[in-house]
Amino acid sequence: MRTLIFRTVAPYLTSLMVLFSVFVLLRGHNEPGGGFIGGLIAASAFAIYGVACGVSPVRRSLYFHPMAISGFGLLVAAISGWLSVVFNVPFMTGLWIKVSVLGVPVDLSTVLFFDIGVYLVVLGSITSVALALEEREHG
Amino acid sequence: MAAESIDISNAMVTQPTTLGDWMLVAPVGVPILFGAILLMVRHETRLHASVAIAGLLLTLGANAALLLQVLADGPQVMTMGRWLPPFGISFTADVLGASLSFVAMLVASVCALYAMKDIGTTGRRYGFYPFVMLLMAGVGGSFLTGDIFNLYVWFEVFLISSFGLLILGSTERQLDGATKYAILNLVGTTLFLTATAYLYGTFGTLNMADIARKAEAMRETGPLMTLAVLYLLAFGMKAAAFPVNFWLPASYHTPRIVTAALFGGVLTKVGVYALLRVLVMLFPVERAELSGVIAWVAAGTMVLGIMGAIAQSDIRRVLGFVVISGVGVMLAGLALGTETGLTGTILYAFHSVLAMTALYLLAGVMKGLGGSYSLHELGGLYRSYPAMGAFALVLMLAAAGLPPASGLWPKVLLVRASLEAGWPWLSFAILLTGLLTTIALGRVYILAIWRDRQEVAPAGEAAIGRPGFGYTSLVLLCVPIILLGVYPEPFIRVAAAAAGGLLDSSSYIGAVFPVEAVQ
Repeated sequence: MRTLIFRTVAPYLTSLMVLFSVFVLLRGHNEPGGGFIGGLIAASAFAIYGVACGVSPVRRSLYFHPMAISGFGLLVAAISGWLSVVFNVPFMTGLWIKVSVLGVPVDLSTVLFFDIGVYLVVLGSITSVALALEEREHG
Repeated sequence: MAAESIDISNAMVTQPTTLGDWMLVAPVGVPILFGAILLMVRHETRLHASVAIAGLLLTLGANAALLLQVLADGPQVMTMGRWLPPFGISFTADVLGASLSFVAMLVASVCALYAMKDIGTTGRRYGFYPFVMLLMAGVGGSFLTGDIFNLYVWFEVFLISSFGLLILGSTERQLDGATKYAILNLVGTTLFLTATAYLYGTFGTLNMADIARKAEAMRETGPLMTLAVLYLLAFGMKAAAFPVNFWLPASYHTPRIVTAALFGGVLTKVGVYALLRVLVMLFPVERAELSGVIAWVAAGTMVLGIMGAIAQSDIRRVLGFVVISGVGVMLAGLALGTETGLTGTILYAFHSVLAMTALYLLAGVMKGLGGSYSLHELGGLYRSYPAMGAFALVLMLAAAGLPPASGLWPKVLLVRASLEAGWPWLSFAILLTGLLTTIALGRVYILAIWRDRQEVAPAGEAAIGRPGFGYTSLVLLCVPIILLGVYPEPFIRVAAAAAGGLLDSSSYIGAVFPVEAVQ
């Protein structure tokens, strides 16, 4: 698998796929997409990078351990549910806020953060499995 | 968005929630939060135990508040995401769910304490504590959810965490046990999911309160009997009822002892709880129809289970079979379906959670002091450690259903209920099980504790003393066990309230659909 062409293309392919996964994550609220599928795309991006260049560059580029990323995602998702407690509404209620970033109005919501949490959980756990399998193959 | 201008009261809950309502999601939300934190600090193994115990104690406190609230004001409801039920997923705590969840959180806290000694750095690195937190989130969710598909989801959550806990250590024996456990449990889960899909197709709703109030009208047209049988089989598998209990003796002796303690105490009870909830509350007529079958299953489970225990020489295997026979005793109350019978079942569930966990932890202490789990090798523990002999005596009396410990009263209730129902053979089976349990555990007591020290001490594994954590954990569990034995009134009152709530579901339904209870 580790041909010159693949190794040259893989980093670009990976970064494109990660970018695309973020796009899929963000459009997921009203259109097809969302955290789960976005996370899968990102995880396959890192898997491709791992197949092409080996596991340790992937681990270096992720910086955090995939399971820690997963844990952080779970924390983000749980907190976005718990935020409702401040507003006297039931658990997991979607709360919205309008902010203006450089004059552009942006709707932020707990739903979005929950989805980001899902994205990170899927990214972390699937990457962790993929890297463990690849490590065994090459080791 | 512009919520002020739209009338949302047709689709959403408009009543503001108070802080008290949040006690309802705490048994799920808090363990998940702490589990996530533990996952993030996976390599800081020194922090794990204290973070986990803090999280579990917080959960336990919230759960106690919830139980008091439910006992005082009736079932509590919170519907996720504000959507009105049956569209939003409701969490509905009645006395049954809240009390079982409380007992489960109590033993989980004790197990987390015991694990400080039992689980070393490697086990923590493999994620023992995060798994325990997520397991308890799943268990708490199962007890408190008011939606049958959500119940399936929580079953999955604790099942997947239990896979992780089972193979902690990755020895060949554990993988072998975990494979059997995983495959047979997945078959059970698939049946559960199939039944739920069928139920949704029939009722068009998954909210348990909604199903309960619509079941009467569906009885003529819907295949409710099929559903009840499917659920009986699926949850019977989860609860380890005969003849679908093979996964339990195949796997419960392989994991770390504290894992086995948590599983033996808590997990089968979730299956029993689901049986009670679905068969008694949702399909009471079908349950009455099936009562003969359930009674035979119950008798088979309790008698054959305990016979298995007599045949074993590994303490952990003995306990695995004792767990199974306890499930049989609980099913007896389900078969009877009377208020006394169900009270007995629920009280037995409290007792069984406490006593089985304590017995497994006791086995862990015995292994720590005597160096083995095998009845061929253990011996002379009474002479060296009389305190442990005392703990063992209390716990074995509890499991056998003898005074002054917790097993007595639930069995009294169940025997009385089966005599009242005109099934003397069922009460005979319960009493026979008690006798056989006394024999099985008495054998353990005589061989491991009274007998003189054996000279075939296992090579390489010297007895490691200092049972400090073990004794502390056992004291924490023995106090409620003895309390249940000598002063059972408050416990019986709770169990009776839980049974009453199951038999008359109007307050449960009324809590979920408050204004227009009739459509």
